[in-house]
Amino acid sequence: MVALSQERLVSSTDASVRRSSSPSFDGLFRIASLASALLVLIVLLGIIGSMIYGGWPAFSEFGLGFITSSVWNVNEDQYGAWVAIVGTLTTALIALVIGVPLSLGIAVFLTQLCPPWLKRPVATTIELLAAVPSIIYGMWGLFVFAPLFANYVQIPVSNIVEGMPIIGTILYARTPSGVGILTAGIILAIMIIPFIASIARDILDQIPPVLRESAYGIGCTTWEVVRNVLLPQAGVSIIGAVMLGLGRALGETMAVTFVVGNANRLSGSLFDPGSTIASRIANEFNEAIGLQLNALMALGCILFLVTFTVLVLARILVSRVKVG
Amino acid sequence: MSTIALNTSSAVGRSAAGNAEAPVRIAVRNLNFYYGDFRSLKDINLDFYDRQVTALIGPSGCGKSTLLRTFNRIYSLYPEQRADGEILLDGQNVLSPSIDVNELRARVGMVFQKPTPFPMSIYDNIAFGIKLYEKLPKSELDGRVEEALRKAALWDEAKDKLRQSGMSLSGGQQQRLCIARTIAQKPEVILLDEPTSALDPISTGKIEELIEQLRSEFTIVIVTHNMQQAARISQFTAFMYLGELVEFGPTNKMFMNPAKKQTQDYITGRFG
Repeated sequence: MVALSQERLVSSTDASVRRSSSPSFDGLFRIASLASALLVLIVLLGIIGSMIYGGWPAFSEFGLGFITSSVWNVNEDQYGAWVAIVGTLTTALIALVIGVPLSLGIAVFLTQLCPPWLKRPVATTIELLAAVPSIIYGMWGLFVFAPLFANYVQIPVSNIVEGMPIIGTILYARTPSGVGILTAGIILAIMIIPFIASIARDILDQIPPVLRESAYGIGCTTWEVVRNVLLPQAGVSIIGAVMLGLGRALGETMAVTFVVGNANRLSGSLFDPGSTIASRIANEFNEAIGLQLNALMALGCILFLVTFTVLVLARILVSRVKVG
Repeated sequence: MSTIALNTSSAVGRSAAGNAEAPVRIAVRNLNFYYGDFRSLKDINLDFYDRQVTALIGPSGCGKSTLLRTFNRIYSLYPEQRADGEILLDGQNVLSPSIDVNELRARVGMVFQKPTPFPMSIYDNIAFGIKLYEKLPKSELDGRVEEALRKAALWDEAKDKLRQSGMSLSGGQQQRLCIARTIAQKPEVILLDEPTSALDPISTGKIEELIEQLRSEFTIVIVTHNMQQAARISQFTAFMYLGELVEFGPTNKMFMNPAKKQTQDYITGRFG
């Protein structure tokens, strides 16, 4: 209070000195910060606009067939996005199936079970995982993980399931090269774990300790506390965390391009190479001209729409964190 | 100050006299408690009598909540906290490593300072705790839920919305739901950690009536900051200060004629 009134006193005494420059500078400052904020909006709208403009010829040429057709033939100028859309969704789904349980396990361990001395090292390691550039994951996936995966998973599993109905198709590798849809999904899972785990940890940390104590207080085991009280209490915000991970998995380009195999055909097997929207664009953009370029732009539009929707939904769900 | 003394003494007149003939349910022997290196309970020796309400009073930080939290070993959720000594529940030392803590916590129920309904329906809030330890057919489970809600004086208010979330109840109703959840498990002892400190006076009154009724079935230990409350509902009172037990005795004697000057000063509001 004293400091405040003193400050007021000071500003009134030498007002004449400071006022001379202050109003115009303040106005400039306002305009500058408004411009910075608007710039982001303009860039975003510009990107959306140019994507739609660039992709429009492909959309008008093929209509709805652009989405449903699985033909992508550069020589005959026939383009359909279905293979890439399916690849994108499948790899992202695999990433979630593997990544979400692991992330929740990490979050629960860190918030409920971890002895204090171990908390820091584990949490830091998880955060470092998020800092690894995706190109590194791509290289590691292609040169280290894929050969191991081919030798120790694809070949033995293919031998076992060969001839079986359904599973003999899904998990059969015609050419066990190590790269493929499943490999991409696994690499993506590793990449999204730090995001989901750290958000889920924050959410669990916000639950009041007394709720946890009262759950233990009626004789629950740790599993029962987590399963029946903590996770339901965290509720939709956990789903929001998962969707933030999903958004990242859908758009990830570099690592996936390395390990997905980049095949332009649909296959029933998760071991076979495929492609995603992002990997297709990354592969072909360099040499694309004419309608091919338009088709890639249109692919970009679809990806943008899907990730944008997922992220908006995720934001809405995470912001509804009302725990306690 | 004189009004406080007056209120407490008139309140004491209403509460039932302590029955020291009752068998001892919990015997605390040479109990010490440590938060890391800090010793927060010092050689506590204290008996809790069967089907009596014992109030733990004392200024903040005196260790009364800490003492309560040793009875169901809820403190052991925190690795830096530990206790030594003995707490004999029906002759069995609950601090012994061979005790199954989950089973112990079903035998020694606890209600906390703030209402803590679980994120499930009113019905499930109660059924959940029962189902942890008993496999009952649906009809019997329904009966147990109703019985618990009736005992917690919540049945009339909740019977038409058993499927609604426990969060939909008011604060006072939520706290009675937590009490119902605890008694549904048919515990031997109920621990109440300042159960009315977050509630309005009307809800507080209801909970106090409830405690009075529950005394016929359960051994109750309550931590409270409210001296009138201790005088109104308890038969025995323990006064603690700086981690030590200063005085323990029948509530009417403690409030009318305390043996120690410290107790006298505290209950008349001269410190704490």
